[in-house]
Amino acid sequence: MKHIINALVENKPGVLAHVAGMFAARGFNIDSLVVGRTEDPKLSRMTIVVVGDDKVLEQVRKQLAKIIPVVKVQDYVGKPVVARDLMLISVAAPPEKRPEIFPLIEMFRGRVVDIGNKSIMVEVSGPETKIEAFIETCKPYGIKSVARTGTIAMPRQGAGGRE
Amino acid sequence: MAGKPPKPAPPAGNATTKTGAEIVAETLVDLGVDTMFGYTGGVVLPLFDRLFDAPIRFVVPRHEQGGCHMADGYARATGKVGVVVATSGPGACNLVTGLATAMMDSVPVVAFTGQVRTELIGNDAFQEADTTGITRPVTKYNGIVKDVKDLERTVREAFHIASTGRPGPVLIDLPVDVEVSKHQTGGNVEIDLPGYRVREKGHARQIASAAAAINKAERPVLYVGGGIIIANAAEELRAVAEKAHLPVTMTLLGLGSIDQSRPESLDMLGMHGSAYANYAVQESDLLIAVGARFDDRVTGNLATFAPNAKIIHVDIDPASISKNVHVDIPVVGDAKHILSELVKEVEYRERKEWFAQIAEWKKKFPFTYDGNTDRIKPQYVIEELCRQTKGDAVITTGVGQHQMWTAQFYKFSRPRQLITSGGLGTMGYGLPSAIGAQLGQPDATVIDIDGDHSFNMTLMELPTAVENNLPVKVCLLNNGYMGMVRQWQELFYGRRYACSYLQNPHYAAVAEAMGAVGITVEKKEDVPKAIERMLAETKPCVVDFRVEAEENVWPMVPSGKSLDEMAGLDILERLI
Repeated sequence: MKHIINALVENKPGVLAHVAGMFAARGFNIDSLVVGRTEDPKLSRMTIVVVGDDKVLEQVRKQLAKIIPVVKVQDYVGKPVVARDLMLISVAAPPEKRPEIFPLIEMFRGRVVDIGNKSIMVEVSGPETKIEAFIETCKPYGIKSVARTGTIAMPRQGAGGRE
Repeated sequence: MAGKPPKPAPPAGNATTKTGAEIVAETLVDLGVDTMFGYTGGVVLPLFDRLFDAPIRFVVPRHEQGGCHMADGYARATGKVGVVVATSGPGACNLVTGLATAMMDSVPVVAFTGQVRTELIGNDAFQEADTTGITRPVTKYNGIVKDVKDLERTVREAFHIASTGRPGPVLIDLPVDVEVSKHQTGGNVEIDLPGYRVREKGHARQIASAAAAINKAERPVLYVGGGIIIANAAEELRAVAEKAHLPVTMTLLGLGSIDQSRPESLDMLGMHGSAYANYAVQESDLLIAVGARFDDRVTGNLATFAPNAKIIHVDIDPASISKNVHVDIPVVGDAKHILSELVKEVEYRERKEWFAQIAEWKKKFPFTYDGNTDRIKPQYVIEELCRQTKGDAVITTGVGQHQMWTAQFYKFSRPRQLITSGGLGTMGYGLPSAIGAQLGQPDATVIDIDGDHSFNMTLMELPTAVENNLPVKVCLLNNGYMGMVRQWQELFYGRRYACSYLQNPHYAAVAEAMGAVGITVEKKEDVPKAIERMLAETKPCVVDFRVEAEENVWPMVPSGKSLDEMAGLDILERLI
């Protein structure tokens, strides 16, 4: 099962290496890992997507929490969260194909951020499933390259809303 | 005084300007450090220059690995933090084995390493290594101090982290320019570790459920590890075992938690543990683990481990709980605190059948060996050593057969009496840890029971013992082989002794050449008086016992088998 783990860590050198090293040494698989600043300059937030059963995830959480500069660990599994990936994708799009492609981009609420002679670059953000779906949609036209941020997530305060 | 410029006015408060090296030396003294180990080198010269004047006994090993094991042995013998210093690059790299040893066995060690100047870091400078990168997986915490104003706080944090919770080694990397740069000190330095919280008190409800399970159990076993010794909880353990009437088995690192002459003691369990401990664990309906971590050498095949037992696990490290086995009642916290709460809630229960069954196993399968021979049996040497020292010596070991025989045949009665590398299994640990232990317990008889090839790895520390007037003894069970490897080759590789036999030096001559006393014992009848002489020596002394070459450690749970599938029981049975 896919878990989104959120770790608040001290903003110190070596913390990322420590976390990544722990995952490697203990054989846990990372789907994605995103690190960024928070509202507090002393803290960074790591969002780590891990696949594993409950027993593995229990160890992941405990081993993360054990790392001294890791301040707080949360597993968002089963909780209402907003989870987003950001992707830049370059698609083969000669001018004659563009009228066909642009409505698709529109459907995914993407934005064209660069236009070349033979290809266009599109920015898409959203839950991972949407990103994957857009990649599938673009495949027939020819994908030149993809860059993805990995997932960031935040728990919802309100009760409703979409994933 | 004429001609001298006036002194600048002292800064406000009691602040003074100090160099990084002075800050380290003074903070160490303030933290109560009176003994340290370390090897000098280019980028630690400023630090050593300051430590030279400090009121600290400084012991210089012949190799940094030895220095780290000495700090570790000192820490295990005293319960205090062991401190070691090494230079950058090769010095730091040589600490790695020692740090990993301390990490696996939860030993509080603080290591300082020198580093090249801050502006050279990353340039492949002379004797540069990425020390924090290399040592991150083998330390509880590490860090580099790039600004002298962070130095005192970092040193204090290192000691706090190393010695609290589940202890472990902490390394501080110190660029040489930070050692010499100046900082105005004064005022309180606060530890700032927002991510480090230790839970000492156990949850009352968990303790109550543990007590209820114990009070109900018909066939309980207490299984205790090094955590009891680290937490200084032997007294509390004895109280619980006595009041609730529980048999106690110990891991290798747990030996000394309970006096082995007590009726509750089942001695060591696991791969080379006692048959009665292993059977008791397998037959138990309740296993109460305290300060132990269900290591594979203890559990054997996990799928069939203690199949009918409910499991209580008391440990200060939440990550240890339910890591290897599913735990029914976890209690996170300090063993001393939890046991002292638990004792109030447990009740005496006779468990007549259970104790009768245990007594029968004990009678049927004691640790034994074939002493009916002219040759020197290694087990006999240890028994004789135990007899002559009245079971009161502090024992260190290397790793292998001699270590297991020590665990089986020396009878330990108190904590901090056995100092051995359990988790990492570091050959060569025996002599340097004995040096550290002797410094920590100056009045104790400290004996390294060693194997020839373990001893070979660090025997250059003998001059360290001589130089520092430390009367450590090395009781060498010399069979020519890497004994445990040979045993596995005999049992599982058709007696093909690949690379496990090496030519040894004449150890007594080596010892004499290094300024120690050397004794060679080739005849069984000479064993008692050689031990007598060794114990009377005031200088370091090496006794080379030429023991039976192809002796095996029994019983043995072969790798991957269940605890009750012990090999060698037939051999033990025949001998009784």
